[in-house]
Amino acid sequence: MKIMPCPLNGPCNISEFVYGGDVVNRPDPTACSDEAWADYVFMEDNAAGIVREWWYHVATAYWFIVERNTVTDEIVRTYSASEIYRPPDSGGTGGGGRF
Amino acid sequence: MPFGLIKYGLSRRYPVTRKFPARPELKPRYDVVIIGAGGHGLATAYYLAKHHGITNVAVVDKGYVGGGNTARNTAIIRSNYLTPEGVRFYDASLRLFRDLSHELDFNIMYSERGHLTLAHTEAALRTSRWRAEVNKHLDVDSEVVSPEEIARIEPTLNLSRDVRYPILGALHHRPGAIARHDAVAWGYAIGAAERGVEIHPNTEVTGILVEGGAATGVETTRGTVRCGCVVQAVAGSSGLLAGMAGFKLPIRSVPLQACVSQPLKPFLDTIVVSGSLHVYISQSARGELVMGGATDPYPLYSTRSTLDFMEGLMGHVLELFPFLGNLKILRQWAGIADMTPDFAPIMGVSPINNYYLDAGWGTWGFKATPACGTYMSDLVATGQVPDMIAPFALERFWRFDQFGERGAASVGH
Repeated sequence: MKIMPCPLNGPCNISEFVYGGDVVNRPDPTACSDEAWADYVFMEDNAAGIVREWWYHVATAYWFIVERNTVTDEIVRTYSASEIYRPPDSGGTGGGGRF
Repeated sequence: MPFGLIKYGLSRRYPVTRKFPARPELKPRYDVVIIGAGGHGLATAYYLAKHHGITNVAVVDKGYVGGGNTARNTAIIRSNYLTPEGVRFYDASLRLFRDLSHELDFNIMYSERGHLTLAHTEAALRTSRWRAEVNKHLDVDSEVVSPEEIARIEPTLNLSRDVRYPILGALHHRPGAIARHDAVAWGYAIGAAERGVEIHPNTEVTGILVEGGAATGVETTRGTVRCGCVVQAVAGSSGLLAGMAGFKLPIRSVPLQACVSQPLKPFLDTIVVSGSLHVYISQSARGELVMGGATDPYPLYSTRSTLDFMEGLMGHVLELFPFLGNLKILRQWAGIADMTPDFAPIMGVSPINNYYLDAGWGTWGFKATPACGTYMSDLVATGQVPDMIAPFALERFWRFDQFGERGAASVGH
């Protein structure tokens, strides 16, 4: 079996998880062009190499981020989404990416 | 005493006719460069030469001829799709497949078996009825059949109600067939080479030359060539090649595994598919059971195979054919399926002029080989997108105009 080192649950069988797509910032659907929205919805990097993507542990409903090598089938690093996405500071603009 | 055989064996000039010429040096320029020497690329080259007299063509491939997904599929040919555009296209392909051994003067071992898509739920029966009606409307032989009729068509199938997902009926598609997938690549390669097309295996494309928004050549590991136009037909690497030309595709490349059993005496006449049980199975002319299932659950550019897949697949196979419990599996392998969001292919023009796309073939590419070659060659020769493939334009995604072929194209979703 292939082991996924979940940041919350520790190393588990990869069959306990669901792949959730590349980590991509969503453009503002009310402000971006139709073409930009279609690019966001459909177009993929589909990269060969180390990619950064969402994964979901089904039993605990936990979303997290994985860096994985799509050529060697190795999981490089897994971490909480809070490393990239932070809630906005009160009274100011948020740091990092925003959902 | 087989004297003829001994004489043959001792002959110094072993009488093997070379199937196609040895790889020549790359010329500085061709009219057409086709990237990918699999079934689709070679069929395109063949029809360019045969239908259009265009022979100044080079087909390049990073590996050996037909060594990509053409070598790795489970060789099922059918046209029982859901959308009218899909049915029309795949039926055109199936009809070309029927005569292909004669056309290519090469035995592709085409064997019409009948194809059963099992329905284990009421919803699946409804979809079967929908597919049957669309098929019949377009002169394709598909019929919804009851369990009693299934028992007559394929007596070895387990029709017991005492299973997790009993069979409620099926879509029976009599034209369903299997063929020798490698022979399709070789037959088209020989036919193309005989007409003057150059085939360049072990020639990897490392870059696409784009000038003024148009493709003007390709860089390879054996040198740079200029060309009038480029055709990309690289299942498993579509996104990577498109990236070289400077654009993205709505494709995720995911492994699709398959396996084959020891040879058995012929018992399985039809090709059996179950969407709910994620399995398709047929028996080859050699008596081997060829089995496949759903794609892997995450993208990967490796053709490694897994025990997880095998365990899952065998569980489902045994629900359909319980007597196979002691079956030995000889080989397991994988291809890389370029999955699109709507389970339909991408054929036609790209954002780069003179750069044509044949991509997004997911788990539905082998059966399309002759039609894809025919219509892509028409596009390359005339510069106009043929009506038959116009619905499959890349541009449909920017219009959110997706196909609805998920149910009919694949299993295990």
